[in-house]
Parts: sequence; C-alpha cells; structure tokens
Amino acid sequence: MSKLAIAAPHTFAGLTGLGAYRPERRVTNDEVAVRIDSSDEWIRERSGIVERRFAREDETAASMAAIAGARALKDAGVAAADVDLVIVATFTHRHQTPSAAAEVAHLVGATNAAAFDISAACAGFCYGLGIADGLVRSGQAHTVLLIGTEKLSDFINFDDRGTAFIFADGAGAVVIQETAEQGIGPTVWHADGSAMDAIIMKPDTVQSGRTNEPTQITMEGQRVFRWAVGTMAEICEQAIEKSGISKSELTAFVPHQANLRITKSILKSLELPESVVVSTDIEYSGNTSAASIPLALDALRSEGKVKSGDFILLVGFGAGLAYAAQVARTP
Amino acid sequence: MSQEDILAGLAAIVNEVAGIPAENVQMEKSFVDDLDVDSLSMVEVVMACEDKFGVTIPDTEVKNLNTVADAVNYISANK
Repeated sequence: MSKLAIAAPHTFAGLTGLGAYRPERRVTNDEVAVRIDSSDEWIRERSGIVERRFAREDETAASMAAIAGARALKDAGVAAADVDLVIVATFTHRHQTPSAAAEVAHLVGATNAAAFDISAACAGFCYGLGIADGLVRSGQAHTVLLIGTEKLSDFINFDDRGTAFIFADGAGAVVIQETAEQGIGPTVWHADGSAMDAIIMKPDTVQSGRTNEPTQITMEGQRVFRWAVGTMAEICEQAIEKSGISKSELTAFVPHQANLRITKSILKSLELPESVVVSTDIEYSGNTSAASIPLALDALRSEGKVKSGDFILLVGFGAGLAYAAQVARTP
Repeated sequence: MSQEDILAGLAAIVNEVAGIPAENVQMEKSFVDDLDVDSLSMVEVVMACEDKFGVTIPDTEVKNLNTVADAVNYISANK
C-alpha cells in the first residue's frame, strides 16, 4: 500500500520582519477621566498609562492589521505574493465569520496564502508565534505573516471605572520564516476556562442581538491582577528554562502591556538581571491586547534598545484565561 | 500567633507593598480611605498575607477586608 508523504521540514524557524501601526489620534487621560469621575493622576497611578491611541471610525482591526502587515513584509524584504499563511490574533474583528486574516491577506496582496484567525485574546500573539514556529519547521508553511490587531475602542464601556482607561487600538506584525538558527524558543502555553468570566465580552453576541444592548469588555480587575501576578513569573521561568538560555543572556522582557502595575509586580518574583530592558510601552499605547507585544517590540527596536538577533522574553496573558510565553530572537 | 503579632506582620507587609509607615497601620484604619492602599495594592497585600500567615484569602473575601481589623480578624480566624 502507498504511504502518505510529509512536507519537507525546515530545521529552524525565526522572526525575519517586524511592523507596527499606531492610530493617529492620541487620547489623553483627561479625556477618558471625565465619564468615570477620575483624573490623570489616578489613571497613571493605577495603570502607568499616560495616553493611548484610538483608531478612526472608518478603521477596523483588519485595516490596521493590513498596514502593520505590509510594513513587516517590507522589513523582511518579502513580497506579499510569497506569503503562504496569514494568521491574525484578535478579538475585535467585526465579523464572527469570515476571518480577519482572509480580509488582511486580500488587503496586503497575499494572494497565495491560507488565512485564519486565532482567538486567544491578549495571549494571541504568543500563541501565534508558537503555531507559526511549528508550521514552518514542519514544512507546512514557508513564510507566515502573523499579526496582532485590536480596535478595542469599539467595545469599551466608557462609564466603567475598572476598564474605561485601560484599552486602546493598534496593530503589530511579524514575519516568520526558515532561518539559519532557531529564532523562537519552545512555547509554554495554557488556558483555564474555569475562569472564563474574569475577562469576558458581555452580553454575548446572540443576547446582544436580541436586546440591542452592545457587547462590551468586562473585567474583574483584582481577580485578573492576582492571577497574572501569581502565575506569569512562573510561566516565564518555564519558558526561559525550555529555551536553553540563561536570564543573563536576555536583552529585553516584553510582557503583554496589560497594566504597568502587573509588569512591576511580575518583576518582583521573576528577578531578571538589571541589564534586561523591560518594555513600558503601555505608557503611551495603552493596553492593545493581541497587538501589545509586537507594538512594544517595535518601540524598543525604534529606540535602539534591541537589535537583530537579541534574545527577548515574551509573555501574553488575558481572557480565557489564556496565557503563553517563549524566548525569541529579535528580527 | 496573637492578634498583636498578626497586626505587626500585616503592618510590615503594608509598608513594603504601599510604602505606608508601619506605625500608621492600626486596627481601626480603612485600607482605602485612611491608608491610601488602592485596589491593586490591596491584592498584593492579600497575596503577601497568604504567604506569611499560611492562610487562604479567596477573591470573594478580599472586598470584605475594609479595615485593618477586618484583615487581622480574618487571618486570626482562618489560619
């Protein structure tokens, strides 16, 4: 009997391009504070956020993703027609079907690509890196365009003191291809659906349609803070251990930009060497969920704080509750 | 462990988490209104108390810990 063939595998996979899109409009804390009886100082103390970006009304998660994606392809020196897979991580795409990725592939001219979305909220980018790494090394894909994109401003309850000042819009993209050395360490990932109500869109879309009540992001802030601070340091330790490098070899720590207080609290347990640069992109970008890690990485690279080949520790965590971490090399 | 010991341990935690002088952490004080411990710092205080006193303080209980006395009494009764 004949045997099925397997795709010719690649030995190593890594990041070869990076691109970002930050919407034009800067939204100050004073602007957000009005409806929640708050202040610039109060918001800064509780989140580290100084300002955030909101997209225009005519922009979407997909349209922003396409801009970031095109920039990542240019950075990698890859033609859109050579992309064979587009993965989009988002939870603010307007349609449950079709996927944002199919639309983005069309918008960037990736006419030869497969395309799908992943739903892992703020862990989406790290999940996507794990998926892309596996698909490239298996030979199932050769050139993957992975994009985290969110237009959270469409789903914010601007009267909710717990969340109104946190969320923002933006998109960040990377290209994953075969590389001379491995550029993506083993992904540590998990999901805990027993806590699915800790961060959740409510009412659900069916109920929303029946009641005309808009579906919006809700979050139990204290519960999420406790979970993130109590769990992520350990997940980072596991990702470092599996990567085979030591903490002293890390150039930067790029956690999901959830809240500066979470980052600082994780660092108390994680104990990274002082030489490791810690991203604080949330200060001027807000929490952009799946987009926050590639946006933060783009900011570090633009500021000259990381260069090509540097080891960086990434960790994403959020609704699900889903979380993932890995060590990677900067494109 | 006496209530005085728990109060002293709690005061040290509040000092470390929120920078409040330990002597200000007195039984009748409200964490939020008197000591200016915000909601996220309160979570850090709770997590540190769990480690220090070997007690479990569930998420649902945290909102009931309004004063220092509430926390001391909870720890005393549940450890």
